[in-house]
Amino acid sequence: METANSPNHSPLNFAGSPINKTLSAEEKLETFRQMVRIRRFEQAALKNYQKDGTMGGFLHLYIGQESVAVGAASLMGDHDHMITAYRCHAHALAVGMNMNECMAELYGKATGCSKGKGGSMHFFAPDKNFWGGHGIVAGQTPLGLGLGYGLKYKGLEGCALCFLGDGAINQGAFHESLNIAALFGIPVVYIIENNGYSMGTSQKRSSAYKDCLAQRSEAYDMDWDVVNGEDFYEVRAKTHIAMERARKEHKPTILEIMTYRYYGHSVADANHKKYRSPEEIADYKKNHDPINLWRAKLLEEGVLTEESAKTINAAAKEETAAAVKFAEDSPAPTIADISTDVYWETDNDTEASKIGL
Amino acid sequence: MGEEVAQYNGAYKVTRGLWDKWGDKRIVDTPISEAGFIGMGIGASMLGIRPVMELMFWSFHSVAFDQLVNNAACCRYMSGGLINVPIVMRGPANGGTNVGATHSHTPEGLFAAFPGLKVCSPATPADAKGMMKTAIRDNDPVYVMENTTLYGNTGEVPDPADGDFLIPLGKADIKREGSDISLIAHGRSVIHCLEAAKILQEEHGINAEVLDLRSIRPLDVDAILASVAKTHRVVLVDESKPFCGVSAQITTLIQEYAFDYLDAPVKRVCTIDAPAIYSPHVEQDQLPNAKRIVAQVLTIA
Repeated sequence: METANSPNHSPLNFAGSPINKTLSAEEKLETFRQMVRIRRFEQAALKNYQKDGTMGGFLHLYIGQESVAVGAASLMGDHDHMITAYRCHAHALAVGMNMNECMAELYGKATGCSKGKGGSMHFFAPDKNFWGGHGIVAGQTPLGLGLGYGLKYKGLEGCALCFLGDGAINQGAFHESLNIAALFGIPVVYIIENNGYSMGTSQKRSSAYKDCLAQRSEAYDMDWDVVNGEDFYEVRAKTHIAMERARKEHKPTILEIMTYRYYGHSVADANHKKYRSPEEIADYKKNHDPINLWRAKLLEEGVLTEESAKTINAAAKEETAAAVKFAEDSPAPTIADISTDVYWETDNDTEASKIGL
Repeated sequence: MGEEVAQYNGAYKVTRGLWDKWGDKRIVDTPISEAGFIGMGIGASMLGIRPVMELMFWSFHSVAFDQLVNNAACCRYMSGGLINVPIVMRGPANGGTNVGATHSHTPEGLFAAFPGLKVCSPATPADAKGMMKTAIRDNDPVYVMENTTLYGNTGEVPDPADGDFLIPLGKADIKREGSDISLIAHGRSVIHCLEAAKILQEEHGINAEVLDLRSIRPLDVDAILASVAKTHRVVLVDESKPFCGVSAQITTLIQEYAFDYLDAPVKRVCTIDAPAIYSPHVEQDQLPNAKRIVAQVLTIA
């Protein structure tokens, strides 16, 4: 099947790229484990979302795209930072946030990562260099620029990984960010996770482009590349190159990673089987699933066995079930909690906070 | 950081000399790209940097609104207090310069309506200095609304040799003591009130108190109520529009907490409720001015 989003099978074998050759068997297993955990977490979230009254709001699932967040997160060092849009559960788990705090946030509980104040679209973990979780399409792209600016200002060798969807590339804030990134030499990597659809509108119906979306960066004299997201080695190899360009040369890059989401834009997207065919979805699940492909690769390499794959899967299910229980058993925020975390000065009871209303 | 703040020395020369003194790292010319550079400053502030960003006119807030009200105001809350955004946004927010509606917005009430933001508006050189220093040190986003027609004013400013001069946010200042009526204002309206108070004293024997709010959020409610309790009559003077404006908020606070002290209804002098007119012949009459303030005072005093 030929769609705008058909994976572009590369003749190159990215397993042999320098950054992938350094991966130990244990590290490879860990990335597989992360992908499985993310999928199990979201499957449980979906199941419980559909129970009346368990969760509110939106639930944007990442299922089908796991190799992208995990691949990028696996490359992060102490001075690398990550920020993304509203489809943020995977990035949060990939940088090391735990399932309990994430599930509790979906349940709107006080034990959630944002104390139940952010919800599905707004997970944050500054201690893990993860800056959200942002709800407005492309609104995070200037913030990602700022993370890179901050690193350069402080003289730290690091970069900002700023994720966005293919639907975000037509927003003005993104283009303003690209211009400044190139003009000022900001160490930022913009990663377009191209799942082919901006909500229910296909790429061809939403964006004007010549060959690909990332190519727009040429107008800003910025490097770009297109990545086959189902190939975990390729995601790592090409993202690493862009990160090194940012860290060492203070040059930004756009990566367009081709991927696919199995579910709708959000769980509330009732039409997701109408704007794309069941055959298309089935083809991706059968032939292009990033977890299945990584699993097969690791089996082939002898890193993974059928037995250890089962163990990893069972552990992820168990961890997910425990997270659901933790969320269910956790207390809700109180009415008084509504008014905290508005101002730093107030929360810290400073002299400044005692003046005025 | 902002448009023309470095090499050009500032569109209104507010940043004159800073680039020569501090160089490219700390004084940064940006492209005309408000959403881009303001969002960048917010992102950098999350890493602990304290950017002071200029909007050449606060009127240009509209093209950066998502950054100003979502990313600056809500990130702390949505992260459950894990993040803070210690930025300062500053620039002029005023009418009266015949530049038409798009360049004459006074959005202090608009931004004060977003929890998570702080808004102040100094009227004198000393307050401008003291509040700017406080704003930079504050760990929350502070939006400072200045006035191009005050940039040429001079006044006493404490000598740096006498120590750190800070004006806290949320502390109003009585600019003129009085006993018969309270004129409550912020920004350039304070200057108009002082002028009106002089006329009221000399021509009508009315001793007006002028209370300068200085800060809109946090708001010095105690000072407002104390002044009303003392004079029993109040005229609010506000260069923003009357509909849902700053003065509307203060009116409701007065009726809720000082109703029994009032001897007359709360009156207001605001900008006449229409987009800012260009015509130099009448624009000053659309804005608060001493003549309009005196006339309004005489309806209740």
